[in-house]
Amino acid sequence: MKDNSNIEANETEKQVLLVHDAFWKALGDRDVEKRFSFCAESITFIGSALNEKAANREEYIAINKKGVQQYPDKFEMTILWKRITLAGDFAIVETEVEWEMNFDGRIDKEMLRNSVVLKKTGDHWLIVHVHGSMPDYRLAGQNYMTNAETSKRNIELEQQVFQRTKELNKTIEILKSTQAQLIQSEKMASLGELTAGIAHEIQNPLNFVNNFSEVNTELIDEMKEEFSKGNTTEAVQLAEDIKQNNEKISFHGKRADSIVKGMLQHSRNSSGQKELTDINNLADECLRLSYHGFRAKDHSFNSKTETHFEEGLPDIQVAPQDIGRVLLNLITNSFYSVAQKRKQVGEGYEPMIEVATKNLGNAIEIRVRDNGNGVPQKVLDKIFQPFFTTKPTGEGTGLGLSMSYEIITKGHGGQLQVDTQEGEYAEFRITIPFKH
Amino acid sequence: MLNSELQYHLNIEPMMKILVVDDETDVQTLFEQRFRREIKNGEMHFDFAFSGEQALKYLNEHEQEAVLILSDINMPGMSGLELLGQIKSKYFKPPPVVMMITAYGDAENFNTAKQLGADDFLTKPVDFTELKEKLKTLI
Repeated sequence: MKDNSNIEANETEKQVLLVHDAFWKALGDRDVEKRFSFCAESITFIGSALNEKAANREEYIAINKKGVQQYPDKFEMTILWKRITLAGDFAIVETEVEWEMNFDGRIDKEMLRNSVVLKKTGDHWLIVHVHGSMPDYRLAGQNYMTNAETSKRNIELEQQVFQRTKELNKTIEILKSTQAQLIQSEKMASLGELTAGIAHEIQNPLNFVNNFSEVNTELIDEMKEEFSKGNTTEAVQLAEDIKQNNEKISFHGKRADSIVKGMLQHSRNSSGQKELTDINNLADECLRLSYHGFRAKDHSFNSKTETHFEEGLPDIQVAPQDIGRVLLNLITNSFYSVAQKRKQVGEGYEPMIEVATKNLGNAIEIRVRDNGNGVPQKVLDKIFQPFFTTKPTGEGTGLGLSMSYEIITKGHGGQLQVDTQEGEYAEFRITIPFKH
Repeated sequence: MLNSELQYHLNIEPMMKILVVDDETDVQTLFEQRFRREIKNGEMHFDFAFSGEQALKYLNEHEQEAVLILSDINMPGMSGLELLGQIKSKYFKPPPVVMMITAYGDAENFNTAKQLGADDFLTKPVDFTELKEKLKTLI
């Protein structure tokens, strides 16, 4: 126990204070027995909590024993202020004591005001009454507690906070995995839509590979014939054709290869890994895939498609599967929109979808424009929100545009903007900045 | 080549004029090589259109010429089915034979094409031996 009160006292007062201070020091030392050696048999006590009162020595001892058990290993009492009043055989000592408790590193400071009444009995001063209070913290009607109980309560609260945090973290984990699943199912849904288109897109180049290689077999036979006849010129011409066909085989083989790779990239969890990418190529691939995918779902539907790709665009660092996903999403939306309009307007309406790229100097712009129904003004500010969809239940997850927005803005530091007039057109404009 | 053109213009021998409609431009090279003998001998003449629209334009400009049209179905813009419908509903002279190329297992397109009056069908990938047989019976 520290004493910073520093008061002046006469001889009698000094005697009183000696007993008083020893009484508090014993509490600090957890020495209950010693503490009560300074107390009268008839001691009474009122503590800082409403249920803390003792009408006799036994009750007070019981409260003290309980109290010292609850204190943490490290605690310090500091008397900050002290006042003594003598009144015949009685003395009243008031103190303000700061309790500093160390609960495994967490410091809990509380202020207590104590009044101790002592009575001169023979040569000694004995404590007859003790009253503790927490004036600064008293709230009307509240059953406030002693330091130890407050600390205990604090520990309980802390445990509750810890428990709830644990539960919340678990909830966050569940939400995260649900989100990941949703993103994956959105990808798989759009992949499903594309499957037929992909099959068509692979079938065509494969047919060319097969057909041209068969042709080459025929041509080689013919070339042999010409050689045996000594017609070198004819034979050389045939060799030229074979070479040309071989280039076609190689071209269409690569074409099929890139489609399969594109499909795999689309279904895979994106690593977000950026690589130098030819945006025109990617946009063209996506347009073809969505076109055939859409046509496969709805045979009666058709639309004109136009590409305006700026030549000589620099390859830029992007996550190709992510940007591909955005493009597939925007283009498929466009097909959906023009198909809806075609159903409403009928003959006389020519569906048209345009994909264009442009070099803006420090960014590449990709525009996806359709002459479909456009976006109604009243939903314009909602279209990038997750789960917002105007499609009938089961037709859209409502995640396409929000994922696209996320990929462009957060993933690539770019912008995704929309320009639309209801019933006339919708134009989605992506800008992706690049460094030279 | 000169020989075949000469034969055609002098109308010495009956030559089959075929219009191939496909959005894949490499189809031209493929047909020209597959039928190099027939083309050389002047038995067949091929023209190519890379969209339904181009095919209709060709038919309007070359009436009485193409006797056989070989068309893909899956094309951007006017589809093969739309083209077929137009050919069969409009009166071209002489009414051309229209052979549709359908993707493997595409029953829906097959049935629609049949309803629209397609004369014959080929399944992708095109079996050129089979196609040659079919063409020869037509001659």
